[in-house]
Amino acid sequence: MSEKRATREAYGEALVELGHEYPNIVVLEADLAKSTTTVKFKKEFPERFFDCGVAEQNMMAIAAGLATTSKICYTGSFAMFATGRAFEQVRNTISYPKLNVNICPTHAGITVGADGASHQTVEDIALMRVIPGMTVIVPADFYEAKKAIKAAAEIDGPVFIRLGRAAVSTIFDDSYNFVPGRAIRLREGQNVSILATGIMVEAGLKSSEELARQGIKAEVINVSTIKPLDEKTIIASAEKTGKVVVAEEHSVIGGLGSAVAELLCEKHPVPIIKVGIKDQFGRSGEPAELLKYYGLTSEDISQAARKLTAL
Amino acid sequence: MAARAITDKQTLIEYLEAKARRLRWDIIKMVGLARSGHPGGSLSAADIVTTLFFHEMRHNPDDKDWPDRDRFVLSKGHAAPVLYAALAESGYFPKEDLWTLRKMDSHLQGHPDMRKTPGVEISTGSLGMGFSTAVGMALGLRLDGRDSRVYTLIGDGESQEGIIWEAAMFAAQHKLDNLVGILDYNDMQIDGLVSEIVDIQPVADKWSAFGWRVIEIDGHKVEQILDALDEARSVKGKPIMIVANTIKGKGVSFMERVVDFHGKAPTGEEIDKALAEIEELGPLG
Repeated sequence: MSEKRATREAYGEALVELGHEYPNIVVLEADLAKSTTTVKFKKEFPERFFDCGVAEQNMMAIAAGLATTSKICYTGSFAMFATGRAFEQVRNTISYPKLNVNICPTHAGITVGADGASHQTVEDIALMRVIPGMTVIVPADFYEAKKAIKAAAEIDGPVFIRLGRAAVSTIFDDSYNFVPGRAIRLREGQNVSILATGIMVEAGLKSSEELARQGIKAEVINVSTIKPLDEKTIIASAEKTGKVVVAEEHSVIGGLGSAVAELLCEKHPVPIIKVGIKDQFGRSGEPAELLKYYGLTSEDISQAARKLTAL
Repeated sequence: MAARAITDKQTLIEYLEAKARRLRWDIIKMVGLARSGHPGGSLSAADIVTTLFFHEMRHNPDDKDWPDRDRFVLSKGHAAPVLYAALAESGYFPKEDLWTLRKMDSHLQGHPDMRKTPGVEISTGSLGMGFSTAVGMALGLRLDGRDSRVYTLIGDGESQEGIIWEAAMFAAQHKLDNLVGILDYNDMQIDGLVSEIVDIQPVADKWSAFGWRVIEIDGHKVEQILDALDEARSVKGKPIMIVANTIKGKGVSFMERVVDFHGKAPTGEEIDKALAEIEELGPLG
């Protein structure tokens, strides 16, 4: 876990590789090519790159139209605008007709940092998760992001892949085999399950080490595909440990925490603590300061785990 | 399709006028049976849609996915009845399906659904978006090197949507001369007159200023529609917007220029009266 790379860096790299493999891949951007790294694709395949300017809604609908002519579209922009501003285009023109548009915006969550609340989406997983047929993927690191972006080309229908701005530790390497819909157990434990997604996977792993020193054996599962949820893996872990901590850089309303709670309350009810943003907007600051402020550190996960194991 | 074989213009016009009456008759019947729907804006667009489907566009109901076909996008998706009538009359599905409009298990949804209805190019209904998808289609067809053209019908109330103008700028930027927009300008929206709610005038100047070639016509004169579509084919390097001045509810006297018939179906005697009026206008094609 020494190398640090932002998941957004995977976007441009994966797109260039996809561009060589698929002649029908088209990339659309909304004036953020450098930030999202789609500029890499633009340089390699200028004829298949379309910058829509600052018009995210139009970008999504144009992508839908392109998809009807057998193109596989990937869209850029920031998560706030791709899922928020253009929500209805994603819902009505892309998802309802089940078109092959892969929505991979960057700068999700509070780790956007200094730009502040207007640019920090903590609702995007919720927004995308409620759309019927949408695949929702939140990669934990650069390598998983790259594999997921490439895998999306073969997924029929729309896919949302949540990418971040900040450099985060790598957990996997190039040999990692990403399978959409599969949650991966990274640490085995009997006392508590830590289900984490995105950048919180690293915090979950760190927490499991802290907990181990205190005699608590935590199971850490990377739930990178939030929809469709790997119900089997999650239920099996809940059955084993009987206690679940869910960690995500997202509102505690509507994200992975909600998805897990929805599943377990029906299939195997156990106590759950959601580590996430507690129904608040973001604010300006350094990513590390913000994670601490909003209670998204390994210590916050450990605290939740201790609380559950003390029950 | 049959209209292609007609070489004499006057015969062609008469053929299309009869077809338009057929579509109007079908619209009234299907909306009447459904007891809901949007007859006003379907009737105002009938002559335009007829001319597109039965003369202008290259399409084949027996091979609906033919890659080189021209595309029609009904951006004002609430006028679904006129599209369904044209598709059924073209042979995309049996005529009797029309009488299932808006019913459970019908493939004819309240607004067009590309996954349910053969011949529907993209699902529409949320205003402004169909137009933008049409721009994407035109771009995709050009990327493939196809000479197919994309036709999209927008409403005047719909023109209040911001995405229309986002897409307008994009289409002009990319010089999409394979794209023809048609504005069904009947000056009525649900809440009243467009000019009294949020006026879109001067609309021709707006499209011009956005980099489009604008052609203004009477949207009920088949000859003018034919000429405008011909002129559109000669335009190079920019998309084309045909501003078609129309009458909401056109063809049925008591529905013409009546705002309430935007989203209200005729009932009982009204249906019979409307169908009789259309029949009196001339033979149905």
